Amino acid sequence: MALLLSKASIPHRKAVFILVLVGMAGCGSPPNNPYPASEANDNTLYTSFEERPKHLDPARAYSANEYEFIAQIYEPPLQYAYLKRPYQLEPLAAGELPEASYLDAKGKPLPETAPAQKIAFSVYEIRLRPDLRYQPHPAFARDTAGHYRYHGLSPNELGSIRSLADFKETADRPVSAADYLYQIKRLIHPQTHSPIAELMGDYIVGLRELGNQLTREFDRRKDNPGWFDLRDFPLEGVEVVDEHRLRIRLHGKYPQFRFWLAMPFFAPMPWEADAFYSQPGLVERNISLDWYPVGSGPYQLVENNPNRRMVLERNPNFHDERYPLAGEPDDAASGLLADAGQRLPLIERIIFVLEKETIPYWSKFLQGYYDASGLASDNFDQAIQFSGLGNAELTPEMKARGIELQTAVSASIHYLGFNMLDQVVGGLNEDKSKLRRAISIAIDEEEFIAIFMNGRGIAAQGLLPPGLFGFQPGSEGINPYVYDWVDGEPRRKAIDEAKKLMADAGYPDGIDHATGKPLVLFLDTTSSGVDDKPTLNWYRKQLAKLGIQLVLRTTDYNQFQQKMANGNAQLFRWGWNADYPDPENFFFLLFGDNAKVGSGGENAANYRNPEFDRLFRIMRNQADGPERMALIRQMQDILRHDAPWVFGVHPKSFSLRHEWYRNFKPNLMANNGLKYLRIDGTLRATRRLQWNQPVYWPLGLAFAGLVALVTPAWLLYRRRQRSAAL
Amino acid sequence: MIDYIIRRLLYALPLLLGINLLAFVLFFVVNTPEDMARMHLGQKHVTSEAIEKWKHERGYDQPLFWNGQAEGAGRATQTIFYQKSLGLFLFRFGRSDGGRDIGADIGQRMWPSLAIAIPSLIVGLAVHIGFALLLVFFRLTYLEFWGVALCVALMSVSTLFYIIGGQFLVGKLLQLTPISGYDGGWNAVRFIILPVVIGTMAGLGSGVRWYRTLFLEEAEKDYVRTARAKGLSEARVLFFHVLKNAMIPILTGVVVVLPLLFTGSLITESFFAIPGLGSYTIDAINQQDFAIVRSMVFLGSVLYIIGLLLTDISYTLVDPRVKLS
Repeated sequence: MALLLSKASIPHRKAVFILVLVGMAGCGSPPNNPYPASEANDNTLYTSFEERPKHLDPARAYSANEYEFIAQIYEPPLQYAYLKRPYQLEPLAAGELPEASYLDAKGKPLPETAPAQKIAFSVYEIRLRPDLRYQPHPAFARDTAGHYRYHGLSPNELGSIRSLADFKETADRPVSAADYLYQIKRLIHPQTHSPIAELMGDYIVGLRELGNQLTREFDRRKDNPGWFDLRDFPLEGVEVVDEHRLRIRLHGKYPQFRFWLAMPFFAPMPWEADAFYSQPGLVERNISLDWYPVGSGPYQLVENNPNRRMVLERNPNFHDERYPLAGEPDDAASGLLADAGQRLPLIERIIFVLEKETIPYWSKFLQGYYDASGLASDNFDQAIQFSGLGNAELTPEMKARGIELQTAVSASIHYLGFNMLDQVVGGLNEDKSKLRRAISIAIDEEEFIAIFMNGRGIAAQGLLPPGLFGFQPGSEGINPYVYDWVDGEPRRKAIDEAKKLMADAGYPDGIDHATGKPLVLFLDTTSSGVDDKPTLNWYRKQLAKLGIQLVLRTTDYNQFQQKMANGNAQLFRWGWNADYPDPENFFFLLFGDNAKVGSGGENAANYRNPEFDRLFRIMRNQADGPERMALIRQMQDILRHDAPWVFGVHPKSFSLRHEWYRNFKPNLMANNGLKYLRIDGTLRATRRLQWNQPVYWPLGLAFAGLVALVTPAWLLYRRRQRSAAL
Repeated sequence: MIDYIIRRLLYALPLLLGINLLAFVLFFVVNTPEDMARMHLGQKHVTSEAIEKWKHERGYDQPLFWNGQAEGAGRATQTIFYQKSLGLFLFRFGRSDGGRDIGADIGQRMWPSLAIAIPSLIVGLAVHIGFALLLVFFRLTYLEFWGVALCVALMSVSTLFYIIGGQFLVGKLLQLTPISGYDGGWNAVRFIILPVVIGTMAGLGSGVRWYRTLFLEEAEKDYVRTARAKGLSEARVLFFHVLKNAMIPILTGVVVVLPLLFTGSLITESFFAIPGLGSYTIDAINQQDFAIVRSMVFLGSVLYIIGLLLTDISYTLVDPRVKLS
């Protein structure tokens, strides 16, 4: 800076401008640093969010961008092991993994091997860790007389309150089993609108009845806004055995319940927080449980301005949790066990900055102002190139910056569905199956992935993505109706085979032999923008290979949903992200009882095959093992034959991270992974300085250009003025 | 003048009612309450019972305009239109469909919008008027010709290009300002410089050409010739006499947009991650939050009407010949 100022040759105006910029640099060196200079070496992680989370209430939040926050704050009983694969559960708030015990209709114990139809109730007993404690929060603060300090706020007291930070006093308390019970009751609260209320109402004994009771009571008290104390309403199926023990009773056998216990829906909720946030004065100020979480997890939300940024800070009361000691065999070599045994969390603060557009986000990542990044299509070519073997790798520019790439196949599937109730493409008879299988061959998913996804995905061979129990790699796992196993990899069958299937189905060369007219199919889609046109044209071309004319029916999302609900679609594109890593969570998408038409379920294809449904009923209640694997294989075979979907793509996520961002391992099930990460703040500060050297000379050049442009005109003006005087 | 203002305010009432009605009809033609419920409840495990509960709790289970099952005044009042829209006339924005208090959100988010919009307006006005006067000053020289050509070229470029190009040049290549972001208090200055510069540049072509036209029209009038004949310098003639007399059309353009500065800019706020009302509105449209959309439409209409009224009043201040009656 001193050097710049001492240059006497700098033109006056330029010097002033540089002074301004230098002043800016003083606020946050380098001058393009969006963060205060004082934070340069802090143990802080910088990341972003694109859209403000709708809900931070653990009973309501369900989407990934909401879990990104609340999974760091709330502690359900279980979590997914961070490093182990395939995904497996481990205790979090619970002291140990709960084992289910079974009862018959009379309440007598049944052995673990009892057939599912004999099991009337499953009982999960959860023993909590004794050292769980909530973050400091004003809801717990008491005055000297022992009364809650902020539970009956007067208008006068509310006058100076704008956010939660305006409450001067905070306190905390241990987590108890009763808090878990309180939260389970909140799932069915008429005002909460929990997305799993209906589902859990089917399983947790007495929950649906409690919901009806609460609705009646709530309507009765409608004119009396304020806290609705759920402690007054017993829930038959959940028993608080003691301070740290909870017993949950379910209808029937539902082994997948353990996965729900790893979601924030089942995190503890202190009644004090509910009472505190229910005060009308706070609701009017947007200070609510949906906005300011109260948890016992590794972080607490200390700043919530989702219009600009959200800040998580280490919870001083977080219990003693350690970095895992073991993972997969390669983890030690890749440095993922360097922090084994260290107390968590490893990062003090996490700052989420609002960044709506990908272009500025990417630029700031390259400048070192974000520690990690996903990969949008706009930046893909700049970051990734493909090797001769077709493997994705970083470009030399990225490697030179020390950026690292990690990929992982998502536990999700994008597919093209057939409405099985449709007269033309639906039905289980062999002709219809052949038509659908022909279309499955014709739609070249590998080409789709290459053209539209930059190679970020793998073609699905069935319903299950890799990483889930039941997925079979290699030749045994291919869809034999669409692929052949050639030279150690699946190869799509030739289009001639698809044409043969078409002829067998009664559509030789795409002509309906009954009517002599070309086969016309309709694809319902919500994609109507300019960017979607190439994709939709691509689908037309794929079906044109078989002589089928594809007509696109574009509609908005809501009307599309309505069409699906009424069964008026013929072909449609859809997708599914797994709730939990169990094959049941995929196979239920084609279970007959879940048909969209009639049941309003998630079976959008309205597929109903009695044999498949029979196998599903058995499979869903089984533990992982050879028997379950055999059932899954049978079910996959049925689906591949019937082809209610064109099994599309399992997307692959690409993550980029800087060299100072440590311990990252993609875990697509665990949402609470931020506590394991480590940041090397010193290295980051060095790189930021190195990569962000302001360039001032173009400003001088621009000024000189302006002077050069104006000077002749000024001279002309002077000459004109003089001539006028004459 | 008081009578005039009162009359104009009374005229505004049916206008606002009409706008309200139109916004209501347009929104509900596109979105049924079922659609809104589905959007808010998410995509997974949404049952028809959950949709009905959502609608009931937010009052969307009532008829739109006329409740035949109610009695007396309830036929009109127990409807979605009455309960959701008419409270706006008392500036009761109510709660968003997501459950937040809209008035509090507007109060919080208008400041970042103003922080960008006011400097952009002032700097833009100064620069555009300054350049326009310079073009008139150098008229019939190569500077005017190439200046106008440059203006046409600048007008032909999309605002989006200025934003992306500006971020790339200033933030990424020269590394002089943060590419995007926002901060409170005086720290906001660092984040405002780039959007203000880009905003000024993006409007330069059209702004300069508009003001140049105004000034050229004035520059040919008799009083200007008289001023020159009296021996005043060209600079004095332009910057004192012409500028002052061209104030009415300038005011027309400026005062009417003053109240709308609150509502922010959709694109700029999105690209620069400015947490203002522009991004608030666009987010609400994307999330189909009718409560916020109707509030912002109503607020925009009120502000526009106020802007027009202020324009009329400002005429009387700059031109004594104008009288409001």
